[in-house]
Amino acid sequence: MGVGILVEDLNAWYGSNHTLQDINLHIPANHATALIGPSGCGKSTFVRCLNRMHETNPIARATGVVKMGEVDIYREASPVEIRRRVGMVFQRPNPFPTMSIYDNVVSGLKLNGFRNRRILDETVERSLKQAALWEEVKDDLKKKSGASLSGGQQQRMCIARALAVDPEVLLMDEPASALDPVSTSKIEDLIFQLKSQYTIVIVTHNMQQAARVAENTGFFLNGKLVEFDSTHKIFTNPHDKRTEDYITGRFG
Amino acid sequence: MSTRPIQVQPLDDPRKPSRANVARRMIADHIVSGLAILATILVLAPLAAILFYLLYKGASSLNLAFFTHVPAPVGEEGGGMANAILGSGVILALASLMGIPVGIAAGVYLSEFGRGKFLGNAIRFTADVLNGVPSIVMGISIYSLVVKPQHHYSALAGGIALAIMMIPTVTRTTEEMLATVPLAVREAALGLGVPKWRTALSVSLRTASPGIITGCMLAFARVAGETAPLLFTAFGNQFWSFRLDEPIAALPLQIFAYAISPYDEWHRLAWAGALVLIALIMISVTLVRIFANRGMLKGGS
Repeated sequence: MGVGILVEDLNAWYGSNHTLQDINLHIPANHATALIGPSGCGKSTFVRCLNRMHETNPIARATGVVKMGEVDIYREASPVEIRRRVGMVFQRPNPFPTMSIYDNVVSGLKLNGFRNRRILDETVERSLKQAALWEEVKDDLKKKSGASLSGGQQQRMCIARALAVDPEVLLMDEPASALDPVSTSKIEDLIFQLKSQYTIVIVTHNMQQAARVAENTGFFLNGKLVEFDSTHKIFTNPHDKRTEDYITGRFG
Repeated sequence: MSTRPIQVQPLDDPRKPSRANVARRMIADHIVSGLAILATILVLAPLAAILFYLLYKGASSLNLAFFTHVPAPVGEEGGGMANAILGSGVILALASLMGIPVGIAAGVYLSEFGRGKFLGNAIRFTADVLNGVPSIVMGISIYSLVVKPQHHYSALAGGIALAIMMIPTVTRTTEEMLATVPLAVREAALGLGVPKWRTALSVSLRTASPGIITGCMLAFARVAGETAPLLFTAFGNQFWSFRLDEPIAALPLQIFAYAISPYDEWHRLAWAGALVLIALIMISVTLVRIFANRGMLKGGS
């Protein structure tokens, strides 16, 4: 089951670059939330703050409060614990090139020392079915490298890999931007099915995609959250002039 | 008004190369390809020449006794280098067991944990200096550090000398190979909640392993033929020895001893020894490569 995320006064820096400024936001549980905005506006930095991936860069730092359910992730949990509860799908598919499809999917479990064969087998089947990839790969699970799949299949495998550790939140940083339209629509269908069980945050440059999959949408500009509302409101009657300019294509 | 087809004038279009231009490019292409092929031949020629010369000089002295007998005393015919082949195997196994793990661990530290840190830069600098230390100096150093305190030459001292010579190559190739692992692959593991040390060992190191194995093989092949570091450490031995704390024979030492002797018979045996040494290095490197490739998956990179 998903869990809601409460963000209070979040600020983030890369070196002296103040990339996120005073972000306040509530992301509801078991819904899809889209984040839109021009390149460099801080969307990716924001999602990377939600699983503490931001701090893996030595020059990066962040202040403020991020609460996942009841847990303040910056004060009451280690990055490793948080990342096990929050799955992440990256912009480009990033399979482990030396691992089979099977090992890629259960890598989160295996690399954390989990070895029970029966449960691993079940997890592979469940996650690949959730990611709508099972039928395409079930005969080559242990024979083929994860890197031998097509780009769209690799990205669905990466989604399966994220789901295999049973996260409560799924962060997706432009998950379909490197994919063709057919693969993109498969990923969107997936998000639609998954959001009843997980809290999904999806960064996208594609506004139709935001409109199709998300109940709520946030608009970022120059490191600030300009507007956050229901997707319907953002795309039909935005409150802020800048949001309107962006979604109608007048800049950005 | 009648419609006129659009006139296409390829030669007047400034974006289209002229015929002379195309010809010039083709000539340049042939010249550069030719130079590349020539360079390849220049690299391979000495290797082929050495191999053929060794075969010519050494093959005739090779027989079963060479692989089963210890060297014959002066004045006696026959004899072989069986103890030296075994001794080289023992010393190289010791050197690999000590040098490769230390070298890889240092490389992992340099690439994954020590970037930009003082200790990291110090290790990198030390490794580069160590790489340039002449092998005879390494031999003398190990003589005073290991042989002197123990009061005897030993296989172990030889192994230590060669291990230290392997470390810089292994460390630097490990670091270079880990640097080629994309950040995205590390992030994939970290994003799954895998701790950093586990990511470094099970993901980065594993992804870079083909290149690291190549580096280890290079280091191995380099020290396998070293004579100078063994002169004052392993010392050499005319008889069988299986003990690590006693002087042990080694192929390069035996070749050296025979090559500087005044006897024709021994010169021929030295050539045969050189041939066997090269052949054994090539066989072991090939075996490791085959073994390492066996575990590869279809379509992996």
